[in-house]
Amino acid sequence: MTVSKIWVFAEGSGGVVSSITCEMLAKARELAGTVECVWAGGDADAVAATLGAHGASKVLSVGDLGGSLAGVPVASAIAAAVAAGNGPDAIMLGTTYDGRDVAGRLSVKLDAPVITNVVDIVERDGGLAGVEPIFGGTQNVFTKFTGDKVGIFLVRPKSFAAEETGGGAAAVEALAGGDAGSSAGATIVTRHVEEKSGPQLDEAAVVVSGGRGLGEVANFQLIEDLAKALGAAPGASRAIVDAGWVPYSYQVGQTGKVVKPTVYIAAGISGATQHLVGMKGSKHIIAINKDPEAPIFSVADLGIVGDVHKVLPKLLEALQNR
Amino acid sequence: MPSTVVAGSFCYRRVTVGKLSYMNVVVCVKQIPDPADPGALDPTTKTLKRDGKLILDESDSYGVEMALQLVGDSGEVTLVSMAPNGEVSGLRTALAMGAAKAVLVSDDALKGSDSLTTAKVLAKAIGRAGDYDLVLAATESSDGYTGTVPEQIAEVLGLPSVTFAKSITVDGSSIKVDRQTEAGYDEVTCPLPAVVSVTAGVVEPRYPSFKGIMAAKSKPVDQVGIADLGLDAGAVGWAGAGQEIVEVVAAEAREAGEVIEDDGEAYNRIVTFLSDLKVI
Ligand SMILES: Cc1cc2nc3c(=O)[nH]c(=O)nc-3n(C[C@H](O)[C@H](O)[C@H](O)COP(=O)(O)OP(=O)(O)OC[C@H]3O[C@@H](n4cnc5c(N)ncnc54)[C@H](O)[C@@H]3O)c2cc1C
Ligand SMILES: Nc1ncnc2c1ncn2[C@@H]1O[C@H](COP(=O)(O)O)[C@@H](O)[C@H]1O
Repeated sequence: MTVSKIWVFAEGSGGVVSSITCEMLAKARELAGTVECVWAGGDADAVAATLGAHGASKVLSVGDLGGSLAGVPVASAIAAAVAAGNGPDAIMLGTTYDGRDVAGRLSVKLDAPVITNVVDIVERDGGLAGVEPIFGGTQNVFTKFTGDKVGIFLVRPKSFAAEETGGGAAAVEALAGGDAGSSAGATIVTRHVEEKSGPQLDEAAVVVSGGRGLGEVANFQLIEDLAKALGAAPGASRAIVDAGWVPYSYQVGQTGKVVKPTVYIAAGISGATQHLVGMKGSKHIIAINKDPEAPIFSVADLGIVGDVHKVLPKLLEALQNR
Repeated sequence: MPSTVVAGSFCYRRVTVGKLSYMNVVVCVKQIPDPADPGALDPTTKTLKRDGKLILDESDSYGVEMALQLVGDSGEVTLVSMAPNGEVSGLRTALAMGAAKAVLVSDDALKGSDSLTTAKVLAKAIGRAGDYDLVLAATESSDGYTGTVPEQIAEVLGLPSVTFAKSITVDGSSIKVDRQTEAGYDEVTCPLPAVVSVTAGVVEPRYPSFKGIMAAKSKPVDQVGIADLGLDAGAVGWAGAGQEIVEVVAAEAREAGEVIEDDGEAYNRIVTFLSDLKVI
């Protein structure tokens, strides 16, 4: 192995570890002999079993952040460990709200760049290279760090398959916080959680997404109804999220969720590269679009050139009559 | 009552409270190749070609709009941008929207800069922009989308920060930000000065008026090179990059399947497809 120790910035809430954390652990195990997690929150003991089962030997706990956003305290703690000579060779963070914050802060503290949008990490010439898809995933760019600093990788969700190793609970150790200094102060005062029923978008076996081709916001009901009939999660292109038809949590794509369901149905979505990178990994893709030239057809297993206002109501009726 | 910018609202009212009766906001704006043009890689450097005309990154138009709404008529919006070839077209668009002035960093030595170097350069440029209360950027750019530059700028400047802002309310010497989350949003308070990254689509960027376009032509653009910022050529661009592209390979293509024309019965094909997969 080219590197001996990798840290994974572990995330989760309510004692539940996020999928991307387990995905990164699976990859980290392949690349390094020692894999440890950095955890922010007062409940490290609650996640030690899950993290251990996925291959982490230690949970390095930054402790309860007391409402502070994660970027400053977590990066300070990691940087302090690196300065003390206890740091890893590389650190993997998810492309998440907090993961990006920590990576950006850490990058400056360590004076090391971040390799972003990574979907794979491979060994190259005695070091690690991050693989980033560009131009809608048609080409892959391999990037290596040039110096001997800690390699910081921001990993896209659903890049690796999570897998348990059967290991026991990870040992919890405190990761002493560094000094936040003048950058401290951003504090969460209230959390607002949008209630949602039905399967989670990024975990559903079937996803039905709608785009601008639906014409108007009222027609999104068709997508919701279809999703319900299929036990699927509804999704959306950014065009209709930006237009305010549906909340951001519905967005599939580069800036939204990455989904890999068994079946992805795209209705009235053109298939812009930024949308494709979020759903191209689906096992089967069905697209409905009135434009035979729409790029979405280049990735569809079944493409219907037709009007969503004609196809979807009939499809819904047929499904409801089964 | 504090001034509020709420997603989707179009009120430009600003009522100031506390110490900040006058507010200076710096907005980082990236000038990028038109996303409508197909992108291409430079065969030798393996980086995105950026030699044609550049435009204002749409992602940054939200930050410009939010800044203009925040300052109202008692404050000033200053733009900072790093771009090759002294490019100003994107800056002129934002100046036409209402920004007062701009700092442009343009230097051949900057070619090949990674996001960390970009942040260091922009932090210096922000220092040149005068006193400021708030720095805005977009959560991610359209062409680079590393999504790390705003947080890196904050760390270089030693400032607190909030990313993924949906709305910003000024309240005395601090701000209240609704920060997008996986589950909804968090209300976050943060002392000023601070760096905030703004999520796309949360405000409606105004169209520059004819008057605005004419006025923009004579608004000051302070164009500087890296030496003016006290930076060393060896620390930026290719020379200063801590990463290098070692290879670019074609990805495995997903094969297109069957495409049929809807004859009124195509929905049946979908039903069969789904039932063959035992999804229904
Ligand atoms: C930095 C950046 C990040 C981005 N991130 C994302 C992202 O995460 N997710 C995302 O989705 N986009 C993202 N985008 C936006 C993306 O580039 C596209 O603008 C967006 O995906 C388009 O959405 P759409 O397909 O719904 O709309 P359009 O591109 O407008 O397509 C509508 C489609 O509907 C079809 N249509 C119209 N009427 C009908 C009808 N009656 N029946 C059937 N078909 C019809 C049309 O033929 C067309 O193909 C991003 C862009 C940038 C710059
Ligand atoms: N060259 C640049 N000039 C001005 N602002 C920039 C530049 N690069 C990045 N930014 C700002 O940082 C944001 C995030 O960029 P990125 O980290 O590249 O996704 C952009 O949307 C801009 O607001």
